[in-house]
Amino acid sequence: MKFLRQFAARIFGQSIRIFARAITAVRADWKGIEPVPRQRVYFANHTSNADMPMIWSVLPPAMRRTVRPVAAADYWLKNKVRAFVGPEVFNCVLVDRRPEVKDKPMDKIIAALDEGSSLIIFPEGNRNMTDDPLLPFKAGLYNMGVARPEVDLVPTWVANLTEIMPKGEIIPLPLICTVTFGEPIHVREGESKDDFLRRASDALLAQRPEVRT
Amino acid sequence: MTDTMTDILLLTIGSFGILIALTFLGEVLRAREEPGFVNPVLDTYMTRVQSWWGMVAFVGFALLMGRIGVMVLFAFASFAALREFLTLTTKAQADHLSLALAFFAVLPLQYVFVGLGWDGLYAIFIPVYAFLLLPIVSALRGNPDRFLMRVAETQWALMIAVFCVSHVPALMNLDIAGYGDRSLLLVAFLVMVVQFGDLLEYFFGRRIGRTKIAPGLSPKTWEGVLCAVGCAMLVGALLNWITPFGVIGAMAMAGTASLVGMFGSLVVASIKRDRGVKDWSHLIPGQGGFVDQLDSVIFAAPIFYHLTKYFYT
Repeated sequence: MKFLRQFAARIFGQSIRIFARAITAVRADWKGIEPVPRQRVYFANHTSNADMPMIWSVLPPAMRRTVRPVAAADYWLKNKVRAFVGPEVFNCVLVDRRPEVKDKPMDKIIAALDEGSSLIIFPEGNRNMTDDPLLPFKAGLYNMGVARPEVDLVPTWVANLTEIMPKGEIIPLPLICTVTFGEPIHVREGESKDDFLRRASDALLAQRPEVRT
Repeated sequence: MTDTMTDILLLTIGSFGILIALTFLGEVLRAREEPGFVNPVLDTYMTRVQSWWGMVAFVGFALLMGRIGVMVLFAFASFAALREFLTLTTKAQADHLSLALAFFAVLPLQYVFVGLGWDGLYAIFIPVYAFLLLPIVSALRGNPDRFLMRVAETQWALMIAVFCVSHVPALMNLDIAGYGDRSLLLVAFLVMVVQFGDLLEYFFGRRIGRTKIAPGLSPKTWEGVLCAVGCAMLVGALLNWITPFGVIGAMAMAGTASLVGMFGSLVVASIKRDRGVKDWSHLIPGQGGFVDQLDSVIFAAPIFYHLTKYFYT
């Protein structure tokens, strides 16, 4: 039974990947890192629910096997299908953001890093529904960088998803989506939380592909 | 096996022969290089030749499948080209529905009309109906910001990626006296003549090119273009047996198609320059996107279609 579920999860994952490639021709631009398996935290902008599957789809198989997206438990445990897709297809680290919970998100994230997994996180915390390119970052990225300073923090920009599927629309447009990976950053010695988060946010913005309109 | 199929098979095998020669040439050059040294020009050349292998295989296979194969291949090329074009155009959320209609209604309908052979309709469907109706859909959402830019760029995308590309399979609808079902071969003729011209323009431009046609826009030179058009006419003459044009006619048609195509790729280069991108996408290794690969065929197709229609039907 467990084997069957694993098999179904793999088929489902491949289908998502093929679907993303066929519709949005999603591709990776390895600007600042090489596509090699190495422990990293990919921190990305978040405008759509499709962000995480897009990043996941462009990673080569060896990297995809070791990467775990950090995602909200309330979203992924809402129904049976999500509870299968989140934890089993994407192998998400599910975190509960409610303050009253014992199981602190950062403990689970550090535990996942200590197991050798790479992570995908969205430091804005929520989906960005504003016209600004990025919302202010939450402290999580800084805390990870301080707790495990040897891990590469990779700015990862997902382009065009807002046009592919603006909020309130039903039909996705098949435009080309590009995922750009920038040069990794680390928390510098003595750097304050705010300074680091600003630097991280700038590093992420710098990965935005330039298209004049 | 019909004569048409035998001819297509011959052309495909001939093209593979040329590719084998080009691959062999590349491998010889590579073997003569110092070990450990990487020549970027040679690398690009080899990647391009590899992409050519794929393209000849796809086009050859589609032609062997006949009408349906060619329709499906070019409908897919249109989709890929439209996706590349609309990724770079000006748009707002108010255009979402009209863009969705462009992809999921206008594009398939155009190919249905071409497939049914309704030449009166596919010649005006995008320039008239889509041109008038899609801006209405955008206007209904009530956002006037950069409105003319948005609708004009969307219309351009449809004209280039759908209207023009669909005129390649539309060649199969031409009813030429004494030519019968061989109009499939016109597709092969157009694609081969124009693509050969492009390849040779690149070669001659590098070798003997001096005077740039549009400096700051494209490396194309008058010398390269003239030599390439001459070669395209030669290729046209050699291929005249698959056309209804006769030797002189085939040369004239090949020269015109190749010339229009080369200037078409200047237009496409201007659009890329304006948007600040090097390639339309990265779907074809070494070549860029579908629009990069097809730009000259895109411009040549409607002209070739209408000239053939005017003079030979």
